[in-house]
Amino acid sequence: MNNFYDFMKQEYTITVYTENQIGLLNRIAIMFSRRKINIESLNTSPSEIEGIHRFTILINETEEVVRKISRQIEKQVDVLKVYYNTNDEIIWQELALYKVPTDEITEKVKVERLLREYGARAVVIRKDYTIFEATGQREETDKLISVLSEFGLIEFVRSGRVAIIKSSKGFHEKLKEFELSIPNEELIEDEILGIEPETFTA
Amino acid sequence: MTHPITFDKKNITPTDTTPKTISGSQAVLEAMIAENVDTIFGYPGGAIMPIYDALYDYNDRLKHVLVRHEQGATHAAQGYARVSGKTGVVFATSGPGATNLITGLADAMIDSTPMVCITGQVFAHLLGTDAFQETDVINITTPVTKWNYQVTDANEIPSVLAKAFYIANSGRPGPVLIDITKNAQVQQFNYTGYQSCTHIRSYRPKPIIRKEYIQEAADLINAAERPFVIFGQGVILGKAEQEFKDFIEKGGLPAAWTILGLSALATDHELNVGMLGMHGNYGPNVLTNQCDVLIAVGMRFDDRVTGRLDKYAKQAKVVHLDIDPAEIDKNVKTTVAVWGDCKETLPLLTAALQEKQHSAWLNLFKEHQQEEEEIVIHNELHPTTEELSMGEVINVLNELTYGDAIIVTDVGQHQMVTCRYAKFKQSKSNVTSGGLGTMGFALPAAIGAKFGAPNRTVISVIGDGGFQMTIQELGTIMQTKLNVKILILNNRFLGMVRQWQELFNEKRYSFVDIESPDFVMVAKGYGISGKSIEQRSELRDALAEMLNHDGPYLLEVFTGKENNVFPMVPQGCSVSEIRLK
Repeated sequence: MNNFYDFMKQEYTITVYTENQIGLLNRIAIMFSRRKINIESLNTSPSEIEGIHRFTILINETEEVVRKISRQIEKQVDVLKVYYNTNDEIIWQELALYKVPTDEITEKVKVERLLREYGARAVVIRKDYTIFEATGQREETDKLISVLSEFGLIEFVRSGRVAIIKSSKGFHEKLKEFELSIPNEELIEDEILGIEPETFTA
Repeated sequence: MTHPITFDKKNITPTDTTPKTISGSQAVLEAMIAENVDTIFGYPGGAIMPIYDALYDYNDRLKHVLVRHEQGATHAAQGYARVSGKTGVVFATSGPGATNLITGLADAMIDSTPMVCITGQVFAHLLGTDAFQETDVINITTPVTKWNYQVTDANEIPSVLAKAFYIANSGRPGPVLIDITKNAQVQQFNYTGYQSCTHIRSYRPKPIIRKEYIQEAADLINAAERPFVIFGQGVILGKAEQEFKDFIEKGGLPAAWTILGLSALATDHELNVGMLGMHGNYGPNVLTNQCDVLIAVGMRFDDRVTGRLDKYAKQAKVVHLDIDPAEIDKNVKTTVAVWGDCKETLPLLTAALQEKQHSAWLNLFKEHQQEEEEIVIHNELHPTTEELSMGEVINVLNELTYGDAIIVTDVGQHQMVTCRYAKFKQSKSNVTSGGLGTMGFALPAAIGAKFGAPNRTVISVIGDGGFQMTIQELGTIMQTKLNVKILILNNRFLGMVRQWQELFNEKRYSFVDIESPDFVMVAKGYGISGKSIEQRSELRDALAEMLNHDGPYLLEVFTGKENNVFPMVPQGCSVSEIRLK
């Protein structure tokens, strides 16, 4: 069903810093499914701090909904902090793997040129198949699918988005604040109000 | 607190802090004692047997109330928590025992009630194997708990329970579920004592107050000509009743309540202008759309309160005081957000207020009240019809209790009528299922309320439909000989749905015609005295008999079959489109 607000939707990347806790993935995922929002991609990984996990979640929504969800995620007990950003506020990448028949590509020189063009590289070359890897943004890795389809693309997989917030100065300082039982007024309140001090140029 | 020990004890005494080997089950009960738990509502079963075995030795220090269904345990724990401010505790077994908790957890979640549920679970090595009475309770309860955790090693028990109690009853309270596998319950481990939890780095129970926003809010209120305060349970949960009263009195601010905020401010307080929402009072609803500054205190703008959102208080600047940042701007856009515990924010705001009176504005509330009195209230409280009205029952009850009783309501017409007309002098006196609207809530919640406030009169007002949803808890009352009063307002219909069908579905009464057993005879089967009446002439004496009876008592009052609750904001309408008839 087309929603009136569809035109206001755009891609938002939500970054969630959490404790490393079993079941937390579910607790976060249901915040989206409860509002019938599809998660476009989801990645969990360690962060720069040992024991702190970092979720990177990509959804297509209006800012208002993203803000409300972010607050609702942030109030979960095992969640330390949530940020949401538009694409121009982050640097992001996805990794894609492509499996193609080796004989096809060795015969057709054009493929090599194409791969160079898309910044792909061969990870494995076997007699029967070759696996290429490409890192980039969605459109780039998508284009390579259509190109490789002509050469008998056997299998394709793409990772979730990983993203770095341009203006972020990392989580070390924040964590120190979280560990205080009486938090520093300035810093904590700025966070809640969504005022992020710009530390790096965007 | 020490008591003479009458049982053979397997446990150590809580004052003994030298490392001892105890079982996980004993550690659970030591945690209960350390957290000052005095009453546990529960039901035993296979996977929680080790804890119940240990409980046998703690019988002198922990009261366990055997309910008749685990849902009853959750509502009882809620009732207990709501009147005492303490955390309600529930024990249940795995599988069906755990799934029976879901309704109560959801109710406690949406009504911010502090509760800790302990469920037994199959042995850790059987997890995921579809073992007997295994259910994935952690994942089932995730959306309806503030926090949950599965324990598979007894060493974790003290710290996990400390976290559970801290989380349940700090910040915005809520239910916590701890699932403990059977092996952890029987496991012996080195117990080094219980340390209560006061800080979790990833959890901030309350945001720090920003002084400039207090000032901004005060400036708005000081400049307002028609300020209007709406308050919810946050005032009660924050134990800020006095601070709230000081606030509205200094600013001369008319204040209306949500049904969960009811009793935080005495009903007869001159600034108490009544109830908000779908079946609330006329003035508060209509004037929401005429005020110039709307000050929301510890409430979350539920849709039953706001009606149609895009026509809700659009003319007003909105000040929102709440402890939960996720509530700000969730439903109603805020002009100034005052984050924090209202126990702390209200005095700061009061200090920045100018002393004022808004007599003309207050008079407007009175005029609306008068109009509602003439069209609705007078007929409801003093009907000339042959049939009894629900309102007149509550009115006589008020006269007999002087507003001192705890009133526990179920869900439906009787709930709206009771909340509208019951009088309260002290806080924590109104217990109802507001957010979830759980039929079957009142009887078990009244049991819990009586345990939570043993010296107060507890009256559960229940409809004929809701009573049959948890009627089995009469067994709990029988066994505990608990002095709770059960007042059934029987209109021989599922009245609220019938009212909607009458008003909006052309009287197509689809499955609302409910037959009931002889409730008095059912009660008698449980050894509970009772009476059934349908004449106005019997009403006062019957209510007095119920109140004076030494022990539990069931009074069934037959009321008009097709009476409606008015005023009413029809669904999809603005609060100012409230109908008086």
